[in-house]
Amino acid sequence: MLQEESDLSLIIAHIVQKLKGSNLYAQLERQAWTSLQRPEIKLESLKEDIKEFFKISGWEKKLQNAVYSELSVFPLPSHPAAPPEHLKEPLVYMRKAQGSWEKRILKSLNSMCTELSIPLARKRPVGEQKELLNKWNEMGTDEPDLSLFRPVYAPKDFLEVLINLRNPNYENGDSLSFRTHLGLIQVPLKVKDIPELKEFFVELSLNTGQLGIDDSTQVPPELFENEHVRIGQKVLEEQDSAAAQQYIRQGSPTALRAELWTLILNISGQSEDILYYEQLKANVIQHDLLVDSLIYKDVKLTASNDDYYFVFEDYLYQVLLCFSRDTSVLGHFAYNSASPPKSYIRGKLGLEEYAVFYPPNGVIPFHGFSMYVAPLCFLYHEPSKLYQIFREMYVRFFFRLHSISSHPSGIVSLCLLFETLLQTYLPQLFYHLREIGAQPLRISFKWMVRAFSGYLATDQLLLLWDRILGYNSLEILAVLAAAVFAFRAVNLMEVTSLAAAEAVLADLSTLKVMPLLQIFLFATVT
Amino acid sequence: MSVQTIRNVFSVETGYRLSDDQIVNHFPNHYELTRKDLMVKNIKRYRKELEKEGSPLAEKDENGKYLYLDFVPVTYMLPADYNLFVEEFRKSPSSTWIMKPCGKAQGKGIFLINKLSQIKKWSRDSKTSSFVSQSSKEAYVISLYINNPLLIGGRKFDLRLYVLVSTYRPLRCYMYKLGFCRFCTVKYTPSTSELDNMFVHLTNVAIQKHGDDYNHIHGGKWTVSNLRLYLESTRGKEVTSKLFDEIHWIIVQSLKAVAPVMNNDKHCFECYGYDIIIDDRLKPWLIEVNASPSLTSSTANDRILKYNLINDTLNIAVPNGEIPDCKWNKSPPKEVLGNYEILYDEELAQGDGADRELRSRPGQSLGPKGSRSRDSGRTVLTTWK
Repeated sequence: MLQEESDLSLIIAHIVQKLKGSNLYAQLERQAWTSLQRPEIKLESLKEDIKEFFKISGWEKKLQNAVYSELSVFPLPSHPAAPPEHLKEPLVYMRKAQGSWEKRILKSLNSMCTELSIPLARKRPVGEQKELLNKWNEMGTDEPDLSLFRPVYAPKDFLEVLINLRNPNYENGDSLSFRTHLGLIQVPLKVKDIPELKEFFVELSLNTGQLGIDDSTQVPPELFENEHVRIGQKVLEEQDSAAAQQYIRQGSPTALRAELWTLILNISGQSEDILYYEQLKANVIQHDLLVDSLIYKDVKLTASNDDYYFVFEDYLYQVLLCFSRDTSVLGHFAYNSASPPKSYIRGKLGLEEYAVFYPPNGVIPFHGFSMYVAPLCFLYHEPSKLYQIFREMYVRFFFRLHSISSHPSGIVSLCLLFETLLQTYLPQLFYHLREIGAQPLRISFKWMVRAFSGYLATDQLLLLWDRILGYNSLEILAVLAAAVFAFRAVNLMEVTSLAAAEAVLADLSTLKVMPLLQIFLFATVT
Repeated sequence: MSVQTIRNVFSVETGYRLSDDQIVNHFPNHYELTRKDLMVKNIKRYRKELEKEGSPLAEKDENGKYLYLDFVPVTYMLPADYNLFVEEFRKSPSSTWIMKPCGKAQGKGIFLINKLSQIKKWSRDSKTSSFVSQSSKEAYVISLYINNPLLIGGRKFDLRLYVLVSTYRPLRCYMYKLGFCRFCTVKYTPSTSELDNMFVHLTNVAIQKHGDDYNHIHGGKWTVSNLRLYLESTRGKEVTSKLFDEIHWIIVQSLKAVAPVMNNDKHCFECYGYDIIIDDRLKPWLIEVNASPSLTSSTANDRILKYNLINDTLNIAVPNGEIPDCKWNKSPPKEVLGNYEILYDEELAQGDGADRELRSRPGQSLGPKGSRSRDSGRTVLTTWK
């Protein structure tokens, strides 16, 4: 009992500290001062009256949303004496692996830098600045020579690192038995099995209405859709983050999705945020980073060739270039097992006073990174809003997909979850694929790292991301990956090579996500 | 059959007669709809007729603009209507106009003007004009250019929709569900310095594919369902459904306009390519109708789409894959429709009367429009669904 109380007070203290520095606090203070003018505020019962005023005017709701947001994002401190590295990642061997992976990436970046003799960062001459400002809305048409650039790493490189992860304290000396894990990931992390997943994803069960299933043409809208839309509008009116998160587990109507995501991610869209975005834009204009060329190359390789997202190419540059200069992103490294790479001013290698984070936001993009932003362009066409939504999505979810950690939503756990599900419930398929040299994870890894962006049709992808927001977890990606294999199992049993297996699973654009998930979780005989 | 062949087949001189088991893919005088000048003429005539009858469809607002039938941009024939055009031009001298040759396709010969001097050649009083003959090949139409198109990703696009007509009287037409949007490769700007840049203004693939940024993988094309998703997400469901309903409305009205003059030969069916532009107020405009929409493909997806289009078209026009009999009632069973939906069926519409309210999901399956009769009054648009 005492432990819980002290935990709670620790959490409260932490949240209060976080919010005190935020814009909301200043606004609440201002509101409180101006409310003194109102007739209903009396000096005798000042505290209660102001509280009442906040409740009525909707400010209490905003505060509630902010608190809820902090709770969702920040992991709870496990033990008051735990050092900060534990918040990032409690397991030592994982931290070490992440550290050496980062060293590799940075080395690769630096060597590209020396090879091409391009500085990591340089100030743009005034003429170039003017030109870039003019072309800000159509950077896609500029074709600098990118042939010498290569992406710093691709998902498959990262997969190799994960495959080689081992826990030095774990000795599986037993001989091979039916319990042996046949997959590629060989670390003992706890993952959910289907009964636990059924409980976790209870809103996806067969007797609950879903968007993505119960809004198809054959089903009359009175049965589910109309009521669901009505509830959605009510949630938006109330502006309640927690309610929205619960609501969206059953999917979001297309017309309400943009606002619902804004509410859940607690984006306020204030003028200060727009100003901040403009400042970032100014930074882009003034300085050129090597990372910019990497971003450019990535967009050209991925989104520009995509049937759905090519239209938004220019928005992607506007968002990603600003993103790499955004130092507020450094805040998420407190709970990310990764650490921002450091670079040194020319000639001062090793001297800590001359160390800067490079890129300024600490995130080095890899091949396919721009696909995190692309689906959001369908929802937000105003650049600063689009930017804020993407940034929040990144620091809440996407960062876990490319850093080594033991978090249940981290990519390592997702891979293990995927393989365990497949091995437990489709053992014949798993064994067959393994025998022909087509380990299933080799195919599904790229889907999960990109959160399926670019593989599914956009409307299906958005339904999937609805659930990621609703459950505040990425586990659904692993479940979907397993469900896809289950769906195509018959064809996969007949293939005889990795290439053939890849071909069977090459095109996911016709898949309907929600029926697949429902069948796999709730309708498969286990 | 190509349009040239059709002209020969139906020409009075050659004296061909189609027998009962021969079906052709064009109507004899399809040009009433597909030539830019005749289409506009027919629509103008249709509107005047409705106005004379006192039909509620022809209702106008305070500025004299048709409320329900204003879907073609202001257009004049040149050189015939030159003086009328000049009058209109002088009313808003800063507007841009687009010149299109009547009989050409693929964006050939199109240019934009914003000064009268640019079209001096077509002036009727021009003394220096050696351009005397008014042969139909050199006739142009000039339309008010829609300089505020809806932009997505900063680019202009238009819609290409396929409509199959199996008979004009009674009107029976089907709309292909898988239309697409064609995007320009260059950002749109209404600036006068770029009026000559066809990559900014013309969406024809024939033009865009010569641009520097043309991408062969997606071909600058989006499906209509993508467009729908984008509009619903950013603008809301009601306005999107309204937009699509208006598009269907435009198509049916244009067909109704030419139905009286169309030679409803029972050997004929036709698949048209409708070009529609949406402006930034989400109002659709009919730009033109093509009799021979391009059936070549620029990308892999495109090839699949066109293949299915031809397949479904032939399934409707020639049922069961048997030797056709042109006397059949041209009512194919629902199963063969494939990706087509019934857009309008006059027979069914008149048979059911005005009080049949059909429950169909907005914008999705259309069903015959039972309440589309002329005397349903002002509730005309709301009962469209």
